Amino acid sequence: MNEMPVFQVRDFGVSFSQYENGVTRRELHVITNLDIELYEGKILAVVGSSGSGKSLLAHAILGILPDNAVVYGRMEYRGSRIGAEQIRALRGRKIGLIPQSVNYLDPLEKVGHQIERSVRGGKKKEKKKKVLEMMERYGLEAGVYDYYPHQLSGGMARKVLLSIALLSDCDILIADEPTPGLDEGSLREVLKDFRQAADEGKALLMITHDIQAACAVADRIAVFYAGSTLETADVSDFGGDGSLLRHPYSRALLRAMPDREFIPAAGNQPLPGNLPEGCLYYDRCPERRVNCKALRPGSRALRGGRVRCDYAT
Amino acid sequence: MTVKKAFAFAGRKVLKFFLLIAAVEVITFALMEASPIDPVTAYVGASTSIGAEQRELIAEKWGLNKPPFERFGSWFRNILHGDWGDSMIYRRPVMQVIGQKFASSLLLMAAAWILSGLLGFFLGVIAGMRENSLADRLISAWCHVLISTPSFWLGIFLIIVFSVRLHLLPAGLSVPIGVLQEDVSFADRLTHLILPVLTLTLSGIAGICLHTREKTIGILQSDYVLYAMARGESRKSILHNHVYRNVLLPAVTLQFLSFSELFGGAVFVEQVFSYPGLGYTTVQAGLRGDMPLLMGITVISAVFVFAGNLTADLLYLLIDPRIREGGQRG
Amino acid sequence: MSSELKTEKDFKKAPGRLRPVRGTREQAILHISLFLLILAGIMIAGSRIPSGSIYVDLEQISQPPSLKHLFGTDWVGRDMLTRTMKGLSLSIWVGIICSLASTLTAALFGILAPTLGGRADALVSWLVDLTLSVPHTILIILISIACGGGFRGIVAGVAATHWTSLTRVIRAEVLRINTSEYVRASRQFGKSRRYIARNHLLPHVIPQMVVGTVLVFPHAILHEASITFLGFGLPPHEPAIGVILSESMKYLTSGQWWLAFFPGLCLIMVSVMVSALGRSLERILNPATAYKK
Repeated sequence: MNEMPVFQVRDFGVSFSQYENGVTRRELHVITNLDIELYEGKILAVVGSSGSGKSLLAHAILGILPDNAVVYGRMEYRGSRIGAEQIRALRGRKIGLIPQSVNYLDPLEKVGHQIERSVRGGKKKEKKKKVLEMMERYGLEAGVYDYYPHQLSGGMARKVLLSIALLSDCDILIADEPTPGLDEGSLREVLKDFRQAADEGKALLMITHDIQAACAVADRIAVFYAGSTLETADVSDFGGDGSLLRHPYSRALLRAMPDREFIPAAGNQPLPGNLPEGCLYYDRCPERRVNCKALRPGSRALRGGRVRCDYAT
Repeated sequence: MTVKKAFAFAGRKVLKFFLLIAAVEVITFALMEASPIDPVTAYVGASTSIGAEQRELIAEKWGLNKPPFERFGSWFRNILHGDWGDSMIYRRPVMQVIGQKFASSLLLMAAAWILSGLLGFFLGVIAGMRENSLADRLISAWCHVLISTPSFWLGIFLIIVFSVRLHLLPAGLSVPIGVLQEDVSFADRLTHLILPVLTLTLSGIAGICLHTREKTIGILQSDYVLYAMARGESRKSILHNHVYRNVLLPAVTLQFLSFSELFGGAVFVEQVFSYPGLGYTTVQAGLRGDMPLLMGITVISAVFVFAGNLTADLLYLLIDPRIREGGQRG
Repeated sequence: MSSELKTEKDFKKAPGRLRPVRGTREQAILHISLFLLILAGIMIAGSRIPSGSIYVDLEQISQPPSLKHLFGTDWVGRDMLTRTMKGLSLSIWVGIICSLASTLTAALFGILAPTLGGRADALVSWLVDLTLSVPHTILIILISIACGGGFRGIVAGVAATHWTSLTRVIRAEVLRINTSEYVRASRQFGKSRRYIARNHLLPHVIPQMVVGTVLVFPHAILHEASITFLGFGLPPHEPAIGVILSESMKYLTSGQWWLAFFPGLCLIMVSVMVSALGRSLERILNPATAYKK
C-alpha cells in the first residue's frame, strides 16, 4: 500500500472536562490514541466493543461534539493538514456521515426532501430526478420519497442514509454502527451497498462492534480498545486461528467470536476517567511484561500493519 | 381517512364537552345561589323608593320565589331551547348582549393573540438558538418579569407612559366620549385599540416565548440537528430546515391552548381601559349581581376555551405526520 | 508527532456556556436564603406598622416622590411607602394561605385518586378537566361572589383554580411509586401500608408539594391583587395592593403616577423573587437537575 491515503488521523484524542463536587474539574479521556488511514476504494473497519469510545469517534472526526469536549491530534485530507475550520468546510461535502439510525432524520420532513438537500445546485425538478434515480438504484420504491422517517423500516432507513451520503458527492464516508437491528437479508444488502460504494472509488470508514460484519466487508480492520487503536491489519490476518494478528487483544477478540472458540476474554476495559499509566491492555494481557505497566507503547509498523505493543512479532 | 378520523375525534370531544358544560352550569348556578347578593336588589338597583310589594312582584315575575331546583330546571330547559333569559342590567336578552360585546372583544383578543404569538415565537427562537447568550438572558428575564406582572398594572403603566406623560394615545374606551358610534372614524377606533391590544399582547408573550425557547434548545440537541451539522448545514439552514419546522406546530398549539388566559387577560385589560367588551361586561355583571348575564358569560367562556383546545388537538391530528400517517410502512 | 490541534471556538456547537463559579446547590441555597430574608423583612415591617400610623396629613396631599416620602403621598397625605409595605405584607399572608390551601387540595386529590383507583381516579381527572374548562379569572370571580367577596372568597377561588397541575404531578408520582419494583417488594415482605407511605411515598411527594406550594404563591398574590382590583376581593378598607391600585385609577389622568407605579412594582418584585425561589428549589430538589453544573 504505497499510494497516499485520502484521509488520515494520527494520535487523535478527545477529552471531556467534567465538574465533580462543584469546582474540581476532571478530564475524561474518551479517545486517547486514534490512528486511521483511509484509501480510495477501500473499506476500513474500526472494531471495538461497547465502552471503547467508538460511539464518539465519528462525531469527533467531524467536529460535532458537545461544548465541553476538547479534540487534539493531527488530521490530513489528501496530503494537507487540516484543522477545525477545514473540517467544517469538508463535512457534508467531502466527508459524509452515515448515522446509526432513523432518529438522525428530521421527523417532520419527507424523506425525499431530506435526501434532496444533498444534491447541490440544479433545478428542483432535476434534483428530484437525481434522488429518485439514487433511490431506485438502492431498491427503494418511488413512493418512499413521500414517506416520513417513522414510516421507514430499519433496512430502508440505512438505504436512505446511504443515499444521502452518496448523493452529496463525498469521497469519504463514515458509517456509524451500520449493522444493529437489521435482519440477515438487510444486513447482507447493506454490506453489499458499502462494497459497491467502495468499488466506485469512495473511501469508507465503518465503525462497528460487529467483527463478523467487519471481516465480511472490510479491506483493513483497526482494533479499538479504551479509546486507542491497538492494531491495524489486513482483513486476511483475521482469518484462520488469528496467529497472524499482532496484538494479544486482537487475538482475544477473535477467539470470543461465536463461530470461533467463543471464549470471552476475562476482565473489563479501563474507564475513560481511570486509564492506566502504561499499556491500556496491561490488566488483561496474558503476555504482559514488567515494562508494560509503566510505559504506554507507541504505534509501530509491523508486517504491513500497525500495532501498539512493544513485544508483538 | 384522516379527515374521517378527525371528525370522529371531534365528535367524541364535543360529546364529552356537553357533559362538562352541563356540570359548569350546575356549578355556576350553585355558586350564584350561595352568593349573598339579592337578585331583586340587583334588578332595581340601589334605589330605595321601591316598596316591599313591588319587590314581591318583581320576584314573582322573575320566578325568584320558587325553590332553587325548580328554578335551575326551568333555566336549563330554556337554555336548551336557546333562551338564556334577560340581562338585568342591560334589560335585553342575554344572548344579544353577549353577542354584541363578544364581537367587540374578539377584535381586541384576536389582535393580541396574533401579535403575542408572533413576537413570542420569534423571541423564543432567538433566545433558544443562542442559549445563555446575553440576548437569551435578557429575553428570559423579561419573560419572567412579564409572568409576574398583573395585566391590569401593565395597562396602568402604559397609560401613565403613553397617555399621561407623552400624550400620544388615548387612555380608555374604544370610542371617544361624546361621539356617536356611527361618527367614529376608523383611525379613531384604531388609536383607541392600540394600548389595550399592546397590554394584552405583552401579557401573553411570556408563555409562548419561554415554551418556544425550551423547544428550540431541545431541537438543537437532537440527533437530527447533529446530523444536519455533519452534513455541513449552516446554522441558518438548520434554523430554516429543522428548527422552524419542528417548533412551529407545538407553538401554534400552545397559542390555541392559551384561550383561557387570553379571555382572563381581556377581563382586566377591558376593565382598565373601559373597553366595552365581554370582559368589561363580566365585571359589571358580577359587581351588580346580574346572574343571568354572568351565567351566560361563564358558559360562553367555556365554549371559547373548548374551541381552542379542540383546534389544538385537531391541528396535531391533521398536521403531525407521526399521528396523521400512522406507523411503519416498510 | 503529537503536535496539537486545539479545537477552535467554531468547532463547538453553541457559544460557550457561562459556567457558574459556585455549584447549583450553593447558588440556589444562597438565593433562597436571601429571598426568604427579604420576604420576612417585608412581613415584619408590615406587621409593625400599626394601622394608625398611616395617618392622614392634609398638608402633604398628593406629593410626588421625595426623600421624605420615597413613594410619594396620596390624596389625603398618607405615605405611599408605608401603605405599600402594609399592603405587601397582607399580600404575602394571603399568598401563603392560598398556596397552602391549593397544595392541600392537590395532595388530597393527588394521593387519593391513584390509591382508590378506578372511578375515584376517573372522577379526579374529570374534575381537573372541569376546572380547566372555564378561564381562571371567571371561576375566581364566581367563587368570590358566592362567598360574598373578602378574604374567604379569594382563598377559596385561588385554591379551587390552582390545584390542578400539582394534582397531576402528585398523582403521576404516586402511581409511579406504587407500581415500582421496590414498593412491590416491600409489600411482599409484609410491610404495612403506613410503612410504605412513610418510607417510600412521602419522601418523593413532599418535595413536590414544597415546590408546588412555592410556585403557586406568585399566582396567588397576583390573583389576589387582580381580583381585589376588579372589586371582587378584599374590601376597600383593607390596606391591600389591589385596593391601592384600584383607587389610583381615579388619579391617573391628573398625573399622579406614583400612586400606581410603586405599589405595583413592589408586588411584581415579590412575585418575581418567589418564582425564582421556586425554580431554584425545584432544581435542587429534583434529582435530574440537582447535580447539573
